[in-house]
Amino acid sequence: MKKLLLILPLLACVIAIQVVCSSTDTLYYLTQMTMSAYYSLLIIGLCVLMGYAGQISLGHAGFFAIGGYISAGLTTHSLIPFKDNALVQFLDSSGLLLAGQTLYGEELLVVSPGLACAVAIIAAAVIAVFIGIPVLKLKGHYLAMATLGFGIIIYRVVLAVEYFGEADGISEVPAFPLFAGLSVSGSFGDRVSNYYIAWGILLLGLILLLNLIDSRVGRGLRGIHGSEEAADAMGVHTARFKLQTFVLSAVFAAVAGVFLTHYNGGIGPSEAGVMKSVRYVAIVAVGGMANLWGALLMGVVLNFLSLRGVFGSYDDAVFGLILIVIMLFAPNGILSISFRHRLMQLFGKGKQKRDGEA
Amino acid sequence: MALLEIKQLHKRFGGLHAVTDVSFPVEAGQIKAVIGPNGAGKTTLFNMISGTFPATSGSVFFQGKELQGKKPYQVAALGMARTYQNIKMFSGMTALENVMVGCHVQSSAGFMASMFRMPWTWKEELAIRDRSMELLTLLEIEEHADTDASSLAFGQQRAVELARALAMDPTLLLLDEPAAGLNIYETAEVGRLITKIRDLGITVLLVEHDMSLVMDISDEIVVLCFGEKIAEGLPAAIQKDPEVIKIYLGED
Repeated sequence: MKKLLLILPLLACVIAIQVVCSSTDTLYYLTQMTMSAYYSLLIIGLCVLMGYAGQISLGHAGFFAIGGYISAGLTTHSLIPFKDNALVQFLDSSGLLLAGQTLYGEELLVVSPGLACAVAIIAAAVIAVFIGIPVLKLKGHYLAMATLGFGIIIYRVVLAVEYFGEADGISEVPAFPLFAGLSVSGSFGDRVSNYYIAWGILLLGLILLLNLIDSRVGRGLRGIHGSEEAADAMGVHTARFKLQTFVLSAVFAAVAGVFLTHYNGGIGPSEAGVMKSVRYVAIVAVGGMANLWGALLMGVVLNFLSLRGVFGSYDDAVFGLILIVIMLFAPNGILSISFRHRLMQLFGKGKQKRDGEA
Repeated sequence: MALLEIKQLHKRFGGLHAVTDVSFPVEAGQIKAVIGPNGAGKTTLFNMISGTFPATSGSVFFQGKELQGKKPYQVAALGMARTYQNIKMFSGMTALENVMVGCHVQSSAGFMASMFRMPWTWKEELAIRDRSMELLTLLEIEEHADTDASSLAFGQQRAVELARALAMDPTLLLLDEPAAGLNIYETAEVGRLITKIRDLGITVLLVEHDMSLVMDISDEIVVLCFGEKIAEGLPAAIQKDPEVIKIYLGED
């Protein structure tokens, strides 16, 4: 409960950023803050899988892409050719389809964003179950390689399949109306409201995960990380817990994919790329592995800098470098106690030497 | 039928017969020890009982139920707890949290209930915390409740491990070399804790090297040598058994 109260200062920061941006006429920053929030949603989900359950995934960009692409595909591809199909007619009469017009004035009939979102998330969860059951039997490097393989497959699939737009990806993705007039879209008028939608979803996700790790299930997961054999002997159904966590993190990734795709109005194959997965792992590592707050903070800051183009052409190189440096110097993350201790040691030693010289 | 009934248990690793047709009962309420020289198959026997790996042949009955083919988490749910020779602490968790993991089988909150913190889980969490604290007090390490368990002294880790096993509210407790790595004072301390546990009504089956500890606390002893049972009986009888003396002291 005490940990949850930390949400309040975070919420205050979120509001302060919006107020500052609005009053200084720099609303464009909110666009990257919104995108960073969605990426961070994926990252905190991955943090629970990696840091708490101790299972690495180098394929989470794949789940992000599954969410984004399915939602984008369903809400853009016209169902007019299948108008006579019983299922299409049923969905239409249930109000789950949207009629409209293309840019060229042609008639258009697509799946409503709400249904598309649900289908995308369920698809990601189902795929996570089928991938997770065999793959989670592996450990360490083998698990990393297997999930990497999954990520590569998704990347090649979205590049090869016409429905997913091949190398162009999918554009013209419509806005996603939520409730009370709010809608996920990239239009300038909705910039502030979308900033709050994204952060609302991220904070909700954070609260759910904070609750999870501080519970019977969370202790079981940390137990698996500490000693899988002992956790098993304590009655923790380790295989099921690992799978459930894998699916949970895949769902977080898919939700992030769906919302960011509607916000951006499109999605391209780079979102499914292996470098994206590596980046997410690097951010979880730099955030401190078993540290949801660190993952969230680093997720927002690093994605924001990356989206602002601060790293220029070296974008991916920066994340590669981060990964090397973290693994070498602070495998528990830069917010960890041992790293702070190490820093103090370094400075402390320097001081002693100088004392000795004098 | 005895609480635990081991029948013709056999384990072969390739050409090596690690345990050969071992049978013995463990009666409810007693402390029973399995002793034997290194490589006698003691830990292998434990791993078969607790489901870590299956036996090549034979069976184990616990409270009348066949255990062979069951996974460790299923065996745990039936009321059997175990500890390890090289204490497997959950690192990165406090002593209290380690014990709280032990309450796993006695509680039921799942992913959804935990994430949405359903009101009924509050009561369960509170009960888990109270029970774990109680056990740390029973094992006299309550002042280390909030210390990272892996940074505790070895003897204290043993106590946390025992508390963690007791949190499962077991009918039978398997202890794999509880005195391994402890000095004579700590060993005597662990011996005292084990009798304390037996007096709570928990049956104890232990594997041990330390003769003084075994002779002090056991109600009955089984002697293994090269995977075979060579003797079984009361401590006094085992001490005088010529076969046992031969393997421990060598032939003249």
